[in-house]
Amino acid sequence: MLDIRGVTKSYGARRVLTDVSFTVGDGRMTGFVGANGAGKTTTMRIILGVLSPDSGTVLIDGVPVTASDRRRFGYMPEERGLYPKMKVAEQLVYLARLHGLSPASARRNTADLLARLGLDARAGDTVESLSLGNQQRAQIAAALVHDPEFLVLDEPFSGLDPLAVEVVMTVLAGFAAQGAPVLFSSHQLDIVERLCDDLVIIADGEIRANGSREALREQHSSPRFEIRTAGDTGWIREVPGITVIDFDGDFAIFEAETDVASQDVLHRAVALGSVHTFSQQRPTLATIFKEVIA
Amino acid sequence: MSNATRPVHTAPTFAQSVWLVSNREISARLRSKSFLIATGILLLLSMASVIVGSIASQNTSLTKVAVVGTAISVVEDTKAFDVVEADTVADAEALVRDGTVDAAVVPSTNAQSPLGITVIALDSAPTDVLGTLSVSPDLKILDPAEQDGFLAYLVSIGFGIIFLMSATTFGATIAQSVVEEKQTRIVEILMSTISVRALLAGKVLGNSLMAFAQIVSIGLLVSVGLAVTGQRVLLGDVGPAIVWFAVFFAFGFVLLAALYAATASMVSRQEDVGSATSPVLFLVMIPYFLVIFFNDNPFVLAIMSYVPFSAPVGMPVRIFLGQAEWWEPVLSLAILALSTMVVIVIGSRIYSNALLRMGARVSFREALHR
Repeated sequence: MLDIRGVTKSYGARRVLTDVSFTVGDGRMTGFVGANGAGKTTTMRIILGVLSPDSGTVLIDGVPVTASDRRRFGYMPEERGLYPKMKVAEQLVYLARLHGLSPASARRNTADLLARLGLDARAGDTVESLSLGNQQRAQIAAALVHDPEFLVLDEPFSGLDPLAVEVVMTVLAGFAAQGAPVLFSSHQLDIVERLCDDLVIIADGEIRANGSREALREQHSSPRFEIRTAGDTGWIREVPGITVIDFDGDFAIFEAETDVASQDVLHRAVALGSVHTFSQQRPTLATIFKEVIA
Repeated sequence: MSNATRPVHTAPTFAQSVWLVSNREISARLRSKSFLIATGILLLLSMASVIVGSIASQNTSLTKVAVVGTAISVVEDTKAFDVVEADTVADAEALVRDGTVDAAVVPSTNAQSPLGITVIALDSAPTDVLGTLSVSPDLKILDPAEQDGFLAYLVSIGFGIIFLMSATTFGATIAQSVVEEKQTRIVEILMSTISVRALLAGKVLGNSLMAFAQIVSIGLLVSVGLAVTGQRVLLGDVGPAIVWFAVFFAFGFVLLAALYAATASMVSRQEDVGSATSPVLFLVMIPYFLVIFFNDNPFVLAIMSYVPFSAPVGMPVRIFLGQAEWWEPVLSLAILALSTMVVIVIGSRIYSNALLRMGARVSFREALHR
């Protein structure tokens, strides 16, 4: 479990992070969402120890992170980079060895990962000769090659084609399934929505929302319901505490003032005949995001 | 987390990290064609200079003179001429006119002549012939120079050029590799993995090893060349200076390498490397020019041999000229080693403060902050 506690950071007079605290649980894919300049990259750099915070700490299972712990992290910086003139496989082996792997396991991991990312045919090519998408895959491989126990990925999906996005999602989900805490940022909210278990929303250097995806949705759900029944739904208008928003024969969208009122509608509908659908409208991540940072 | 399939992350020690980084630097250099070609040219040049020197020293052919009659004994005594005998003075003059000989020596018609010979030349006095045949007063030199002036000049320039070339080549390489990491942003992954000091130390070590290997191979090549071409006397004179040069170079280069890395880390693009590292380039060029202009000035050389930047050139030259006491190179080396350590400390501070700052050039004040 990775804990970020009360992290504050200023560049000169400019405050970029204010009392940032959140938790990345074991095996949880945690989406880190925020506008450009909200403080995502700075937070990630602080987690990795590339930057030091003015105050606050980063904890692993309750113990402050040390420099040697950081070798157990897999990190993909927002600014991509590998040695352009070095061969892909050689580069990955080098990075794995810097993280403390033996030459043999470094080579084994490299071969394994390149195969999983569909890059094995380019293992002997220099990075500069790869297409942008393949460079991106190599970059992801660089974050994973040392079998990290924690993943911190800044925009891992940017620049990937839809196929590569699927591949990378599978690989990341695989890491989380093994119990690794995974923190990733992305501008592609639909991907975050599909992938993440937990969500952290940051704006202007402050955490605005933080929790499991479902809890957040619940929290930001509107009191809107939709219902589809076997017969006409015009009677709903007469139920106290209900405002019908949309109505089309057997289908209606309504707002309920209280939970009791919405349940009342359901009881009456069941009494009248069969009910095909009755559900609360769930907000999309994009809606929640807009609401939270507003 | 406990998962049996995961390899154990034994954090590499500082030394292991440094070694990994320096190995990468070395293999990157050895893979670069431009580096291999440049090294090849440098080695060829130093070999060629030895061979050309040996040919030049063997080709000093004797001056040809025509000799008539009794003058022959005087001329042959000197053993300094290629003698062509002529029957008459007129024949000898003809040989001078058609250029077969440089001068003619004939019996003097003037009875008062102390040597009893006359030298005939075409259009000007042949100084080498006159010099050899003249009677010289006794000569006594109070403080004989250990080395011939011209040779001293050549050796000084040799050390100067080799230092300048190696230091600038490898200095520029270090600078480029620092900016490459910064420009490609891989530096962020590296910094999240190993300490910045280990990264800097690995770079400096890797490139210093390469530079030192180059210097040693040049030294060996020149020594072997001198021995093979029979210039053993010169080898005996230059040998100790070459060894000291290598030792001083090892320390001096580490100092320069740290400076190159630190100054290069302040910029983010390859285009800016040149201007950022130019102050260091001046430091490298100063000893080169000083040694060219002042290799016959013991006072300037003495100062040079103690200033850390110029000691790798100044001290070996003084050793070659026999101007240095036995303890002087030791003292100068201690000064150099000490200043190298100071520069490494300052350099690594600049390096770690400037590495993550992208965009505009980082000022010295910002880089030294904290």
